Amino acid sequence: MIPEDFTYFAPGSLPEVWDLLRQHPDDAKILAGGQSLIPLMKFRLATPAYLIDLRKVPGLDTLAERDGALVIGAMVREAATEHSQLIQRRYPGIHEASAVVADPLVRNFATIGGNIAHADPANDHPAMLLALRASVVAHGPNGQRTIPLDDFLVDTMETSLAPDEVLTEIHVPQPAPRSGSTYLKLERKVGDYAIAAVGVQITLDGDVCTQAGIGLTNVGPKAVRATQAEMFLTGKQPTEDVIREAARLAAAAAQPVSDLHGPEDYKRAMIRTLTARALREATQRARAGGVSA
Amino acid sequence: MTSEAPIIRGMGHSVKRKEDPRFLRGKGHYIDDFKLPGMLYMDIVRSPYAHARIVNIDASKALALPGVLAVITGKDLDAAGLAWMPTLMSDKQMVLPVDRVVYQSQEVAAVIATERYIAADAITLVEVEYEPLPPVMDPHKATDPDAPLVRPDRDAKTNHIWHWEAGDAARTDEVFQNAEVVVKQDLYIPRIHVCSIETCGCIASYDKIDGKLTVYMTTQAPHAIRTVFSLVSGIPEHKIRIISPDIGGGFGGKVPVYPGYVIATVASLQTGLPVKWIEDRSENLQADSFARDYHISAELAAKKDGTMQALRVKTLADHGAFDAAANPSKFPAGLFSIITGSYDLQAAHVEVDGVYTNKPSGGVAYRCSFRVTEAVHTIERLVDTLALALSLDPADVRMKNFIPPEAFPYKSPTGWEYDSGNYPAALQKAMAKIDYAGLRREQAEKRARGELMGIGISTFTEIVGAGPSHTFDILGIKMFDSCEIRVHPTGSAIVRIGVQTQGQGHETTFAQIVAEELGLPVENITVEHGDTDTAPYGLGTYASRSTPTAGAATAVAARKIRDKAKKIAGHLLEVSPDDLEWQDHKFQVKGAPGRSVTMKDIAFAAYTNFPQDVEAGLEAVDYYDPPNLTFPFGAYICVVDIDRGTGMVKIRRFVAVDDCGNIINPMIVDGQIHGGLTMGMAPALLEAITYDEYGNIQQSNLMDYLLPTAMETPVWETDKTVTPSPHHPLGAKGVGESATVGAPPAIANAVVDALSHLGVTHLDIPITPWKVYQILEAHGAAEA
Amino acid sequence: MTTQHVQMTINGQPYAADIEPRLLLVHFIREVANLTGTHIGCDTTSCGACTVLVNGVPAKSCTLFAVQMDGAAISTVEGLEQNGALHPVQEGFFEEHGLQCGFCTPGMMMTAVAFLAQNPNPTDDEIRRAISGNLCRCTGYVNIVKSIQYAAKKQREAQTAPAAPAEPAEAIR
Repeated sequence: MIPEDFTYFAPGSLPEVWDLLRQHPDDAKILAGGQSLIPLMKFRLATPAYLIDLRKVPGLDTLAERDGALVIGAMVREAATEHSQLIQRRYPGIHEASAVVADPLVRNFATIGGNIAHADPANDHPAMLLALRASVVAHGPNGQRTIPLDDFLVDTMETSLAPDEVLTEIHVPQPAPRSGSTYLKLERKVGDYAIAAVGVQITLDGDVCTQAGIGLTNVGPKAVRATQAEMFLTGKQPTEDVIREAARLAAAAAQPVSDLHGPEDYKRAMIRTLTARALREATQRARAGGVSA
Repeated sequence: MTSEAPIIRGMGHSVKRKEDPRFLRGKGHYIDDFKLPGMLYMDIVRSPYAHARIVNIDASKALALPGVLAVITGKDLDAAGLAWMPTLMSDKQMVLPVDRVVYQSQEVAAVIATERYIAADAITLVEVEYEPLPPVMDPHKATDPDAPLVRPDRDAKTNHIWHWEAGDAARTDEVFQNAEVVVKQDLYIPRIHVCSIETCGCIASYDKIDGKLTVYMTTQAPHAIRTVFSLVSGIPEHKIRIISPDIGGGFGGKVPVYPGYVIATVASLQTGLPVKWIEDRSENLQADSFARDYHISAELAAKKDGTMQALRVKTLADHGAFDAAANPSKFPAGLFSIITGSYDLQAAHVEVDGVYTNKPSGGVAYRCSFRVTEAVHTIERLVDTLALALSLDPADVRMKNFIPPEAFPYKSPTGWEYDSGNYPAALQKAMAKIDYAGLRREQAEKRARGELMGIGISTFTEIVGAGPSHTFDILGIKMFDSCEIRVHPTGSAIVRIGVQTQGQGHETTFAQIVAEELGLPVENITVEHGDTDTAPYGLGTYASRSTPTAGAATAVAARKIRDKAKKIAGHLLEVSPDDLEWQDHKFQVKGAPGRSVTMKDIAFAAYTNFPQDVEAGLEAVDYYDPPNLTFPFGAYICVVDIDRGTGMVKIRRFVAVDDCGNIINPMIVDGQIHGGLTMGMAPALLEAITYDEYGNIQQSNLMDYLLPTAMETPVWETDKTVTPSPHHPLGAKGVGESATVGAPPAIANAVVDALSHLGVTHLDIPITPWKVYQILEAHGAAEA
Repeated sequence: MTTQHVQMTINGQPYAADIEPRLLLVHFIREVANLTGTHIGCDTTSCGACTVLVNGVPAKSCTLFAVQMDGAAISTVEGLEQNGALHPVQEGFFEEHGLQCGFCTPGMMMTAVAFLAQNPNPTDDEIRRAISGNLCRCTGYVNIVKSIQYAAKKQREAQTAPAAPAEPAEAIR
């Protein structure tokens, strides 16, 4: 398994990256962690003539809260979010998603930025970040723009990134007090893609859910937001009956197809099971005081 | 004269492995680690179609790539008479196709280039024009009148390969007619792949000056390969040297001769340069031989009290496009007739029909003796089916029907003579260790609360150590095995064996056998294998045969040396050899233990001071023809918990009590069982190879073919009983595959047991979470 | 095809070469540096037989290009033994029968070395999780877990008593 020949660049700044993207609009690829791209290149399913490695571009490794949001730089490795105290404490859903991406070795090089920009509906972060209402920063020669993740994810392996733009940051709104998040993945073995997975965030005021976020993994052409379920939960006490109905609505939002990861009906049922379990867990976390500063 | 007995560490010692120091330092020599001067690289063009006519192959673009030396096609091989090669099963197999491909990823052409990366580029430039043909994918439809013919090259214009049967049909039918109870079960044992972490590969190196062909090859059977290569190529056998270096796992997948080996050899013969071929994992999974793929229909006749009486089994075997199974010649269905297992039946009749389909060759092992896993799975599932039908405890049914310990040697209704066994002891030990009664109580409590827990038993009998020459051969070569021992003057020794290690630890255990038999310290004994120029002829390592055959040869060769040593000892002690006895690993004068000589003293004398009537030197060879096979057995108990919301099965505990007779190295035996259990769990829960209707393989790499990691693998609990083989010189039996054979039904039985109150009587493996969940949902037992 | 100059250290030794950008790190290690202890077992970043340390971090070297490693410090199995003394992880695998065919072993040990540096006192479950990116087909993992626990214990003892470490029960020749 040998990739096709290519020319490699490791530019030292974003303007240099943009220049290269402009010079090679059709056959250049950005290399972040490479843990999805390089296997595709080995199978010659991806054959970029130019590979632009971001490893020398400064400023892409932020992992901090800033101006009301968690900022995750495009080159932050999965292992960093998995082991970050900040993430574990305040964004347990991201921590849990990072901890089930591929395997521990892959996570040492894989990046969250790549996980999203690759736009594979089987990847774990898009669904979790949908639930958290995250957005991404796309930086191009004409400046930067912030794109809600819902708009960034267009279709399977397709994003709204312009050809000369680079995903530089992910912004996750800081959770309100009494919020709880979780990510539940059903996989047959470590390293496998999800049969189905669900990312959830619940925010409570008193005992009433004031905001709900639910994202679904690997049950559609892209990560799916369970909008009906979110709306149903909002304004209600998350009782067992309410959770079950929300889980049913989430399952209805799923658009799975039968494949090696299971038949369609099973996947839809698993969205229901996982959503119910995730909502119980997230609610409990929110009730327990939610995130601490 | 007297000597201190040295510290030997022979039989029964957990000697640390002699092979480890090189592996631990990254200094093993696996096939891809060799680099010969001037070496070329081969890569292979493969078919995207399962069945197609080859209209044209245009290699011009590939040949134009700098660094490409040759593109070899079937037509090139055909001109040399090498487009086809014999299989081990009296069939023939394409090396490269001349006009048609018969499975997806079949080799179509080979590129020879100066570098690995150039060869990889060049295969994409070979343009092959195909005319797709309808493939035969469903073995049940393979013999339909309108089924396409997979093998028009054969005289018989049918996809049916052979019919085979064992046992007594009339007697079996008679018992069934009068039976109080008959339970019936269809089982599919799916196609799986051994997937050793090292793929296959070779370096063929032909020396044009002295006409000698050396092939470094990932093979479990170097000698047989040498003979086959000589017969096929016409090169005299003394001009062929096969070297099997360190092997990164074999499990049966490295027994066959794959086309790549032959093409690389042809390329080296043509160029006079070494040619390396290393498979990618994807090629390995898609094109190398597969295991299992048995469609079984089984019936068990019994009395209402649970007494098992007779077994009737019909089987359809999917062999893919070539019957290239690695079985002894007279056993097209391997040792499948061991299917009566550990139970004393009055009668049995087993039939197997082999068919061709447009898939790669099936029928190699997956860490199991020839087709024993399929047999064990069938009988162990049927026992549980019977227990369920009669509302009896599956442990009780087993105890009631075991061949009693006093009945050995036991003649089975399908003709095997079991050498030894004590099945109740093994099951009792396993039940005590896991607290079977307590588990049943826990299960009842949990079931009352709606929780799903299951307990599964497997009490299997293995049949290994092929085999006696009256019955067992491969291409006419009898299945003996061999050992040659030379004791050096200073009391160390070199041992060469006809079998080949792929991780089993032969360099250690065979040294222990010699240490035990000769009284030499184990660290002073070197074991060599895998080089046909130096090792004695042997049939290789598979089917757990190394200890039963070559292990016996080693003991016998050592005893021949000891016989000679006794004469020298008599000379040294100035007594008649008849007055000597072998005690505490040395010869001593009977009644005068103070007068003794060690083997070290004798070895020196064998070269410096030997009696007139004795030849100098101290060495021996033995070719051991086993009088019978050996029959290891075990009792496994598995406890599973099932998630009602997802159908996921979790193995909570798994107790394995194995009996492999006398043990050479307990540490290694334990390791073999751990590995075997894991390769038993894998097909029970995770692994399977499937195809779509067009013949596309659906698990073509390790993203889709699910090998268990440490996270899915439970903490195996092992224990043993010891029932020595009465006919093996060491009382040993072989152990490498027992656990792979015994584990799957324990797991399947546990899952069925967890669901039995819902009316479930059977689940085919692999037991996927959706199979389980669909049952739960259908019975309203799923988590709401 | 254009080549690119790359330099890195492997086990402290400098290596420099003009290479194709597509050269995988594992092939640089095996073919350019001739260190064949690092193996290849799959195409899909699944098996971990190629695991090495990149600046101390375990990575699958089949899924990195050598050009990305310009200036990096790579550690492979060949660098574990120091001054004739095996690394505690190597010793653990020897003592606890943590290997059979030996093919996955170098990658498995490199993962273990980095893991124990982060977690010197792990539970068995933590070890299993840490090695879940490394496939072994022979051992069933039981003895690998024991091997890593052996090494952890040995390293902890060496920390508390930096004097002469205990000899292994049996010399490893």
